Amino acid sequence: MSFEEICQVLKSQFGDAIEETAVDSCRPFVVVNGDKWGEVATFLRDDKRMGFDLLRCITAIDLLADDKLGCVYDIAALSAVSATNDMSIERELAVRVLTDRNNPQIQSVAKLWAAADWHEREAFDLMGIDFPGHPNLERILCPDDWVGHPLRKDYAHPLEYQGIPGTTEHELKSPRH
Amino acid sequence: MTQFSVPWKQSPPIEHRGPARGIVALARFVYKVATPIVSRFPGPILIAAIVFSTLAVWAHWELFGWVETIAVSDLNGSANSIWGQSLTVAEIGAYLESKSVFAGGILKYLLWPLQMELFRDLVGLAAIFQLFNLIPVYAIWWERKVAGRIQSRMGPMRVGGWHGWAQSFADGVKLVAKEDLVPAQADGMLFRIAPYLAFVPSLLAFLCFPLGSYWVFRNVDVALIFIVAMVGVEVVGVIMAGWASNNKWSVYGAMREACQMVSYEIPMTTVLLVPIMTAGTLNMVQIGDMQSGGWFTWNAFHNPFTFIAFITYYIASLANCKRAPFDLPESESELVAGFHTEYSGFRWSLFFFAEYAAMFVVSGLAVTLFLGAWHTPLPATWAFEENSLFNVLLNGILFSSPFWFIFKCFIFIYIQLWIRWTLPRIRIDQVLYSCVQVMFPIACIALVGHAVWMVLLDGTMVSTVIRWVLGLMMAAVTFGFLSVAAFGYRNGRRMVGYLAVKQLPGS
Amino acid sequence: MADTIAPINPADASAPRQADVRTEEMLVNMGPQHPSTHGVLRVVLRTDGEMVLQSVPHIGYLHRCAEKIGENVAPYQYVPYTDRMDYLAGMNNNQAFALAIEKLTGLEVPERAKYIRVMFAELNRIASHLVAVGTYGLDMGAFTPFLYCFREREMLLDLFESACGARLTYSYITIGGVTDDLPDNFVDVCSEFLDYFEPKIDDYNNLLSYNHIFVKRTGNVGVISAEDAIRYGLTGPVLRGSGVKFDLRKAKPYEIYDRFDFDVPVGLPGGTAEIPRGVVVGDCWSRYYVRVKEMIESVKIIRQCLRDLPDADEKEGICNKKCKTVKLPDDEVYMEIENPRGQLGFYVKGDGSAIPARVKARGPSFCNLCVLEYAGKNCLLADIPAIIGSMDVVMGEVDR
Repeated sequence: MSFEEICQVLKSQFGDAIEETAVDSCRPFVVVNGDKWGEVATFLRDDKRMGFDLLRCITAIDLLADDKLGCVYDIAALSAVSATNDMSIERELAVRVLTDRNNPQIQSVAKLWAAADWHEREAFDLMGIDFPGHPNLERILCPDDWVGHPLRKDYAHPLEYQGIPGTTEHELKSPRH
Repeated sequence: MTQFSVPWKQSPPIEHRGPARGIVALARFVYKVATPIVSRFPGPILIAAIVFSTLAVWAHWELFGWVETIAVSDLNGSANSIWGQSLTVAEIGAYLESKSVFAGGILKYLLWPLQMELFRDLVGLAAIFQLFNLIPVYAIWWERKVAGRIQSRMGPMRVGGWHGWAQSFADGVKLVAKEDLVPAQADGMLFRIAPYLAFVPSLLAFLCFPLGSYWVFRNVDVALIFIVAMVGVEVVGVIMAGWASNNKWSVYGAMREACQMVSYEIPMTTVLLVPIMTAGTLNMVQIGDMQSGGWFTWNAFHNPFTFIAFITYYIASLANCKRAPFDLPESESELVAGFHTEYSGFRWSLFFFAEYAAMFVVSGLAVTLFLGAWHTPLPATWAFEENSLFNVLLNGILFSSPFWFIFKCFIFIYIQLWIRWTLPRIRIDQVLYSCVQVMFPIACIALVGHAVWMVLLDGTMVSTVIRWVLGLMMAAVTFGFLSVAAFGYRNGRRMVGYLAVKQLPGS
Repeated sequence: MADTIAPINPADASAPRQADVRTEEMLVNMGPQHPSTHGVLRVVLRTDGEMVLQSVPHIGYLHRCAEKIGENVAPYQYVPYTDRMDYLAGMNNNQAFALAIEKLTGLEVPERAKYIRVMFAELNRIASHLVAVGTYGLDMGAFTPFLYCFREREMLLDLFESACGARLTYSYITIGGVTDDLPDNFVDVCSEFLDYFEPKIDDYNNLLSYNHIFVKRTGNVGVISAEDAIRYGLTGPVLRGSGVKFDLRKAKPYEIYDRFDFDVPVGLPGGTAEIPRGVVVGDCWSRYYVRVKEMIESVKIIRQCLRDLPDADEKEGICNKKCKTVKLPDDEVYMEIENPRGQLGFYVKGDGSAIPARVKARGPSFCNLCVLEYAGKNCLLADIPAIIGSMDVVMGEVDR
């Protein structure tokens, strides 16, 4: 099933919830409305035609110009589990879900794909996106008392953490980046 | 620039006062003087130490014997009392004058104390303590060399010159010089006592350990029970150390040790009854002398059940002295270092010493009870009678009891090392399973079977045949092992393979 | 074993419990400094005696903001940072990032460079699996296989050093090719190494894999079913150990993997001539053994590479000349390859400048580690190192 066919199925199923289909992109993706993402995800995993059982990656992105935050879900559908024949990827899909930058919230899919648990915690930690419905949404890479979300484009690097200097005087005067 | 401040209180450098100052100065002086000499002439020092200690043992032996002859035969013949002495200095002097001995004037003062039991005991204790120190030191060095060989590397090569023979001494100096850390939340007193409680029992086990028919400090009638008890008491120190450290891993180690101990003591002591039944005594010297008739009279080959008992004992003894694959109390991949996680420096080295001494003790028990004690594989009656120099020399090599005893013990220690560097570690439930459901039934079978054999078949033709078959089997195994080892030694390079990458421009 | 544990909830009055041996649960911190957590992993264990009731991994002790750095440097400058993620498989990480950028920008790679890339990726797979196999023995208390594995790995590092001068962080596979051509006698020396190495795998099997104690320790421990493995997004040997024959090199061949003939090993049930009794699909032993078998397959691929390696082309060179001046289009790409630990993915989003707008690494260790909470409960304390070791995590990549 090609990307266009998947898009058609999704559009016929959800209509306006599919906001955009970027077919010409180097890696085609669909943009799904954040409000409907929970239903779309359930459909993507459980429907016979879709059957995306493997969540490969969740990437949190910061679109500062559009004043949006977002998540990119890379999912794939594997052929039937087999220990004798080489399995292949039957379908793959990238879904982009955008949310408001000031109150970023995206429905959690940790109940659908257990793999999403840590990926969503990472997105919460580094990009500050809230995932309602996540069983244990805590910081995962940064310490619990860390301030701010480092991967946001407007993140200001702290000068100190618990008395440990974060940067040197020289770097403050002549920033490299 | 932000200044770093350390959140904990820093203690000022230690300033020694009073006698400690003098001791430290002396240690520094000795270090300064000794270091260049030791590093310059390590080999001669090793050889000199060996020669000197041999001479010292021989001289003591001779002097004691000589005083005996003075006291008993030449003079009035009264026996020594425990504390007192039968001869005065003047009497000894008169005797020496009558024999016109060289420097008798000074020698009489030196010989006088030798007739006292107390003095003899002190000398004997010093000898045992030295043995107790030297055996672990060389067992550690040897373990590192064996491990290196097994893992296709060299092991210690630097300290002392020849194959790093002084490595353990250097480690010892380092350990003694290290800071003695006691964790702040630990139970200080128990924490400090525990290593001694592990160390002293192993030392005590050496007290009645015979290295030969006459090479025993105290010939105790219940020597076997005493030694087994002492090896068992070691566990108290380990549990105490684990508990007092206030570290969860240490508690795990201690509990595992307790668990393992109560499981493996039972089959171990059960199979120890087998040689006791054969000999009819608990006296180690008598058990040893029973097996003086050469390879085929050794207890392990007495009947199939003693052989099973021997194997069972050896496996149980591995668990007893915490060696792989039963090294759960200190398994470093699970419990960091188990019960001695929090120990450092000297106290840690005490645990280390206790472990290696225990290895020697359990190997010694195996040798004494099952494999002919201090006797050679040849019958003792083959020893030369005539006292020509050549015969004495040959007897000394072929029939010297301490030599054979330590040699056999080190073979068993070697097997322990071999197992350790080959096998993975088993899990605690598997330890308990193998003890309760495998080893203990086997031990019971060996015990009952041996009893039945002793009643029905002992001394019959069947018994003799079985003894020869078992003996020959074990001889074949030993010979096979030796030939494999020799083959590996000769062809190791070829078997391991040569380094493939040697002539690349970048390497 | 899992069935016999009494419920730990004190409110559960129906639980059979002897009043006089009431025990309390203990929370134990395994790590961040612990010999068998393979770095700075911290696992909080809730234990009842030797039983582990729950194990919760805590990560982030090695977090170095690798993704933030990626938004500040040009792609070819970022290649050395990928080395530092999975420091045991630097070549594969370089390759993944280079492929992602090449896919995004449409850079061509010289034919010879493709072969060299595959060859070094496979050599590095062997090196990485050697560490995994060796340290797994170490976790189980067997010291010697570790030293044997490192002896062989040392020769592999010599090969790497001869090609790129580095022994751990190579940055050899770079955007548009590889940094330098092979040394003159590389093909001979590499084949010599393969001839030497292949029989050694039997040694590891005899010494460790088929060791009775080792099988007892790892067989039927930490079992992950195929469905759960996919649900948790596991990849690599951990997934294949669960009996899922899924390998990106076969499923979606990148680079030139479709030209080579190799097999994908999976975990199989025990009791056969090859797999000892007591092993079930998806346990620690299967995951371990998949790695051993993968080394053999890698050797096969490298032999084919060496056989087919095209001669150097003077005009084309070994690396695309535009690699340092390339601009990233306003587009995004997600590229996954089969790393020794699983699927390593790089998400790169450009914005028309030379510096990416977003770089995200999907670390296989990161995704594989999240199953520890599922696999590491109701087992014995000694099983926890067995499970962590069979995941073969590299904390540099988990924390990035």
